Amino acid sequence: MSISLKNRSLISISDYTPEEICHVLDIAEDFEKNPHQNLLNGRIIASLFFEPSTRTRLSFETAIQLLGGNVIGFSSTSGTSVQKGESLADTITMVASYADLIVMRNPIDGSARLASEVSKVPIINAGDGSNQHPTQCMLDLYSIRKTQGTLENLEITLVGDLKYGRTVHSLVEAMSHFNAKFNLVSPVELKLPRTVKQHIKDAHLEYEQFTELEEVIPHSDIIYMTRVQRERFPDPLEYEKVKNSYVLRNAMLANAKPNCRVLHPLPRVNEIHVDVDSNPKAYYFQQAQNGVYARQALIAAILGLK
Amino acid sequence: MEKRKELIVSAIENGTVIDHIPADKVFQVVKILGLDKASTPVYLGINVESKKYGTKGFIKVSDKYFDPEELNKIALVAPTASIIEIKDFEVVRKQTVQIPERIEHIVKCFNPNCVTNKEHDIPTKFRVKHVDGKLRLVCHYCEKYTSEENIEFI
Repeated sequence: MSISLKNRSLISISDYTPEEICHVLDIAEDFEKNPHQNLLNGRIIASLFFEPSTRTRLSFETAIQLLGGNVIGFSSTSGTSVQKGESLADTITMVASYADLIVMRNPIDGSARLASEVSKVPIINAGDGSNQHPTQCMLDLYSIRKTQGTLENLEITLVGDLKYGRTVHSLVEAMSHFNAKFNLVSPVELKLPRTVKQHIKDAHLEYEQFTELEEVIPHSDIIYMTRVQRERFPDPLEYEKVKNSYVLRNAMLANAKPNCRVLHPLPRVNEIHVDVDSNPKAYYFQQAQNGVYARQALIAAILGLK
Repeated sequence: MEKRKELIVSAIENGTVIDHIPADKVFQVVKILGLDKASTPVYLGINVESKKYGTKGFIKVSDKYFDPEELNKIALVAPTASIIEIKDFEVVRKQTVQIPERIEHIVKCFNPNCVTNKEHDIPTKFRVKHVDGKLRLVCHYCEKYTSEENIEFI
């Protein structure tokens, strides 16, 4: 049976089945080979960014332009009717009458689900507060499959702030469909929440928790780094104690597997030393570039053009 | 004996008795079932002696019968409640309440940044999960958990 994602909003990565996720990745692969495809042919996509974002907004807008579409919208709420107190439902209803698809980033948790319930056109969630960021997850999965040749049976090491990092939560949920083994490396204060670990348990998969990064590097297929933020620690001394344990340096990759790749959702601050950048195992900038193909694939699939 | 105690407040000819409500939850049950806007007589009992629970509350609603789905909404506050349907002063049916799979409109999401707490008039919706013998409500919107001890009624 052929898979169709026409008119299917993407709010949470769990809205799509593993087969549907793979279908999007297949389409993204096609866009990577041939990014300029005039499928939108002048159609209008709304890009509503209720809070600032660099990578996500630019990669969506690049994706739309590569597809021959036009973008309307805003990159912050200043000067919009939102500041006059307009409800989210009203803003979305209005924009849905102008555009064929809405891409939305909003700092409020659950705003994307609400938008999808009031909108007559599909919504792509470009991040709703601390809740979900499914297109980041899609490009992470694309990057993993591209570098490893498969999503199945991989050893995934997640490093840093596993408590608050929404990209980590979505990735764990998605990779739990593909028989992954997880190494969870974090300070005690920032361990993966129990509710997210439940996805691993529900899939009867293995995970191990570590507080040191170095020991897990030699058997990792993917090292997914995230930022450990000072403000997450109630006691600044605790931050000082752990801050250097989660910095990846080039020398630490000496015993990594040949297929091992380092990913990071970016922006990075100091958790990956710049001396890693020239190592062929560093993949974070290509990962960000893959975001354009993954977003082209989603837009084309949801509009029924692929 | 139990029958005589129920007669403390007049027996109803037809309608529903909600018995064995925790003594301090009667007004919440009234609110959840919308009985504050009822058009038929409603009798409340609070801190009534109960052999089983020490004290209890009850509500008698004349000339009204409820859908089980509607009554299950009170299971969150009154899991011990029994529902007794009365016709011509006789008990015709007695049942307990069950926690439903979905809870809508009655509980506040514990996450202050949830869209249901930020925007006006967005009714809350939760999926009910049972984890290690405890209740957890998963918000349909923000996907965060509200655990049993944090449940607050709207």
